[in-house]
Amino acid sequence: MRFSAWQVLKNGLTGNKGWTPHWRSPEPKKEYDIIIIGGGGHGLSTAYHLAAVYGNANVAVLEKGYIGGGNVGRNTTIVRANYFLDGNSQFYSHSLKLWEKMEGDLNFNAMHSQRGIINLFHSDGQRDAAARRGNMMISQGDDAILLDREGVREQVPFLDFEQTRFPIYGGLYHKRGGTARHDAVAWGYARGADQRGVDIIQNCEVTGIDIENGAVTGVQTTKGPIKAKKVGMVAAGRSGQVAAMAGMRLPIESNILQAFVTEGLKPCLDHVVTYGMGHFYISQSDKGGLVFGGDLDFYASYASRGNLSTAEHVIEAGMALMPMIGKAKMLRSWGGIMDMTPDGSPIIDKTDIDGLYVDCGWNYGGFKAVPASGDCFAHLLATGRPHDVAKKFRLDRFRTGVDILDEEGKGSQHNLH
Amino acid sequence: MRLTCPLCGERDRREFYYKGDAIALNRPAPDAGTDAWDDYLYLRDNPAGVTKDLWQHELGCSAWIVVERNTVTHEVLSTALASDVKKATK
Repeated sequence: MRFSAWQVLKNGLTGNKGWTPHWRSPEPKKEYDIIIIGGGGHGLSTAYHLAAVYGNANVAVLEKGYIGGGNVGRNTTIVRANYFLDGNSQFYSHSLKLWEKMEGDLNFNAMHSQRGIINLFHSDGQRDAAARRGNMMISQGDDAILLDREGVREQVPFLDFEQTRFPIYGGLYHKRGGTARHDAVAWGYARGADQRGVDIIQNCEVTGIDIENGAVTGVQTTKGPIKAKKVGMVAAGRSGQVAAMAGMRLPIESNILQAFVTEGLKPCLDHVVTYGMGHFYISQSDKGGLVFGGDLDFYASYASRGNLSTAEHVIEAGMALMPMIGKAKMLRSWGGIMDMTPDGSPIIDKTDIDGLYVDCGWNYGGFKAVPASGDCFAHLLATGRPHDVAKKFRLDRFRTGVDILDEEGKGSQHNLH
Repeated sequence: MRLTCPLCGERDRREFYYKGDAIALNRPAPDAGTDAWDDYLYLRDNPAGVTKDLWQHELGCSAWIVVERNTVTHEVLSTALASDVKKATK
């Protein structure tokens, strides 16, 4: 079914009985051209792009849980293209452009809201760094405005500008940044892929990857063996376990990243605001909850829940920046499992096994990358060659030391990102 | 989470600095080759389950500690001084 104002009207008047499921629940076929392991945002986007852009719909997405049940349905939903490094800059710029046309392409309302992001700075040195980053964004063809303190105050007057530790000097304003409804992104891509013939198979866990003579031949699953010419592993958070089935070790350590949400409030925060000095960022969801988070818990974990010490740190930073949030009741927190790479940048590449490809290592920034990651991984799967904007996301960059993508300038080492 | 420092006793997680996988106790020789160093520096088993990693009691006695724990439950199974673990493996 194609959504339109007419459909809303018609179904509204006829008891909403005309709506149909967004995607089928097929049994797996014996063989596909391409199998995608992982039905998260990136896996569904890959399947959609394979079918819609690269002309191959003989594709199955295997998801061990349900669509929207992983990190794509549990994140702080921020969409932006404010990267600096050559390699990252082009990729996230491409992704933002895909975001801007996604809802039209998918005929699905993902509630993409370009409300603007303000990255605050708190010293002369940070102002210089923000100006330099802003110039890189502009030279990439994206947008950036350097705001002074009064410029920030005009937009977000409720921040504590004169706090003693980190007084606010200004902010880098990225107007086209914003948020989107995370579940709708998963549902939209699932529906779009399904409509073009992709089989989305839920509750189907991959238990083995079949390899003969150095080439992949298919996978073993809880719904039986399925053959495939090519297999793409897109299981962020669990990439290590999936790769282990192919006898591979990845340059990834799984860490927990916590996020928090308050009770629903009337609209009070229009932008996404980030406070790097305190490791804190915040936005307000369309439901009204203040959604905020901070840094990693900083040790390897799959527990899906974080430590109190990190929660305290995040909330202290929030109170220092924006004292009014102290009046809001916090409803819940959660901890997502992040694929952390040594340099904090992702991997989209082939492996040493013929026909086996990997898209992983999205660190704490996977959501904004969903459209471009899908496009680029689909390009790689379909053509065997990396997409122009993703050719630096190589699996072997740590071994060779060439083109490390250390966006934060912290060093290329586990536990620094 | 609380960790037991072999010297100071049970302490809050805030006192400890996390280094990572306890692989650092098996440092390859300088000329061991690119693959050995790739294995050591970057590639990880990254298990969902029992693992051993290196922590430092940074805000306490500064001892380096090997912590055996479960990454799924956050249960701490044992802790030992890294120097003792290193001696025992020699």
